[in-house]
Amino acid sequence: MVSIGHYLFLSVAMLAVGVVGIVTRRNVIIILMSVELILNAVNINLVAFSRLAGSVEGQIFAIFIITDAAAEAAVGLGIIIAFFRNRETVLADEMDILKW
Amino acid sequence: MHAILNAILAWPYLMRMVFVLVIVLVLPLIGGYIVLVERKVMADMQVRLGPMRVGPHGLLQPIADAVKLLLKEDIIPESADKMIFWGAPLISVTAAMLALAALPIGPFFLIADLNVGVLYIVGISALGIFGIVFGGWASNSHYSLLGALRSAAQLVSYETSAGMAIVGALLLAGTLSTRAIVEVQAEEGVWLIFAAPVGFFIYMVASIAETNRAPFDMPEAESELVAGYMTEYSGFRWALYFLAEYTNMIVVASIATTLFLGGWLRPFAGTALFNFLDFFPMVLMLGIAVYCLYRAPKQPVAVQKVFMVAVAGICALLALILVAPLIPGSPMAGAKEGLLGAFWFLFKVSAYLYIFMWLRFTFPRYRFDQLMRLGWQFLVPLSIVNVVDIAGALVLHRTLGWGKVPSFLLSIVVTLAIAAYLVSVGEKHEPAIVGEEETGNA
Amino acid sequence: MLDLVVFYFFAGLALVSAILVVTMRNAVHSAIFLVAALLATAGIFLSLRAEFLFVVQIILYAGGIMVLFVFVIMLVNLDVALHQVQFNRHWLVALLLALVLGAEVAVAIAMSRQGAQGIQTIAAAPAVALEPNTERIALGLFHTYMLPFELASILLLVAMIGAVVMSKRKV
Repeated sequence: MVSIGHYLFLSVAMLAVGVVGIVTRRNVIIILMSVELILNAVNINLVAFSRLAGSVEGQIFAIFIITDAAAEAAVGLGIIIAFFRNRETVLADEMDILKW
Repeated sequence: MHAILNAILAWPYLMRMVFVLVIVLVLPLIGGYIVLVERKVMADMQVRLGPMRVGPHGLLQPIADAVKLLLKEDIIPESADKMIFWGAPLISVTAAMLALAALPIGPFFLIADLNVGVLYIVGISALGIFGIVFGGWASNSHYSLLGALRSAAQLVSYETSAGMAIVGALLLAGTLSTRAIVEVQAEEGVWLIFAAPVGFFIYMVASIAETNRAPFDMPEAESELVAGYMTEYSGFRWALYFLAEYTNMIVVASIATTLFLGGWLRPFAGTALFNFLDFFPMVLMLGIAVYCLYRAPKQPVAVQKVFMVAVAGICALLALILVAPLIPGSPMAGAKEGLLGAFWFLFKVSAYLYIFMWLRFTFPRYRFDQLMRLGWQFLVPLSIVNVVDIAGALVLHRTLGWGKVPSFLLSIVVTLAIAAYLVSVGEKHEPAIVGEEETGNA
Repeated sequence: MLDLVVFYFFAGLALVSAILVVTMRNAVHSAIFLVAALLATAGIFLSLRAEFLFVVQIILYAGGIMVLFVFVIMLVNLDVALHQVQFNRHWLVALLLALVLGAEVAVAIAMSRQGAQGIQTIAAAPAVALEPNTERIALGLFHTYMLPFELASILLLVAMIGAVVMSKRKV
């Protein structure tokens, strides 16, 4: 009764919310959290199709995506901390040192 | 009416709902009494008597404490974040109680036989960190926040080595389901602690740090940062945090019992030679009953006399229940594994908790940097080496055909040698006074 | 029927939490709702019978990555930032974009229902014991996909070194 379309729509909806978050918010940490939302949407998609196809490879791919998300979150937050120490701001608009 | 009753009794989840209700309703009371036991044990080690005033021998002390905490004024700091302040103790208590769902007290006394039971418990314990962090942050006070961040850092550090120690035991058991792990120990006839003693030691140390107990209780000790993340919580909210901490202790003790100490199995469960150990529970209960009856006439107050006789009666009743399955032909013969298994499980959990309390009143507190150093520079490498060595022992035993005892003995010796090396390296780098390193002296 | 209820519960929780993540003013509140969204996603994994991924999501994502996020938020928390404008100029365009994307996919799914085969339904779990999900993932991970596994571990090592170097005060 739950069709694959349900999971697809949920996945796209979370992706859309994540995209709105990245494009719209000024706080860099919330932008990173929106990236995590997008990665989760992709995971839901993968696991739903792995269940449909009966194989387990979608779930293995999802495990790799979670691993990559962890690495990316660690490095991204390190960058934010380093930047915050220099400029005392976490707003994306004010991170414009490279502009001339 | 009969139809409804029959329908309820035929519901497959009835037993599990009963257990859930028992745990949720009874656990706060049990937590309170574990606090009383700890105070009595502390008093015993400090050669004094402990709480004696409230109720006979202080046995109504937890109830008095609960009443006091419920009636206390609920103080919320003015600029605290109200929603998070309200929700943080709930997260801690919920995570601690959820972890009890996958623990097998007997072969049939478990709520959920998950395929991934052990990982589920590890994950839910990781969620308990949020209760601490949000509690410290919501108090809107620098010291609470620092205490909360320190406590969370400690929990995260020791979670790694605890997980690796569990992986060592899982390699031997070959399955993630908690009930199946105990059944593997029943098949092999030997508890997993004898095949992985270093793993048990690592898990014990890591679990003491995971529950913020002494000697790792820097974040919540009274002389440091007041009470850490719990500073601004008073009355019932503080009681919830405390309940969460003691429930965490029970969870951690139950995991150690299930993985390393054989769960609900009696010692030497496989050999028929030791079948007389089946009578040990009854003998223990009868011994307590006889001792209470012996001490009853010597009590100074009449209430205490009556109370001692009542306790003796309860213990005698328990002894009767525990010996009933062993009498051949009695109607409860089928419940032998269940009842006696529950007794052995609770006995082992109590022994583990007693060791926790013993260590608390014996060792001085670790400083925070010493704590982190111990976690990352001693326990994590040792736990990784432990996993590799157990895997090596399994390869020697299963693939190359060595006997069980030589291969595991070799792995234990190698692990202990590397542990000794790590300890010696740690002592060389650890300055007794911070600042000796920089001046280049000693 | 039950699987429909379970799906709607977890999906609703995930979507509502996701929307609250991107609209909250306080970063700590956003973090709380992200944890809720991650737990709802874990629930969806469990309902799809991916039990190993359920626990991995809880241990790694909710219990690891989010603790890291919450630590950093508390370290860089600025009271000044709470009173500033939270959304930039493009909010209307972004919202329209998201709605168009959602409508497009919904229409695509609805139209494929009318096709010859229709959308495939995901069968509910049978009452008999399920296949050992963890064992199958382990076999796949350590036999077929061993190389990506090792590369992922090197990636994690690199990320660890990078994060430590970047957060030091004096390199």
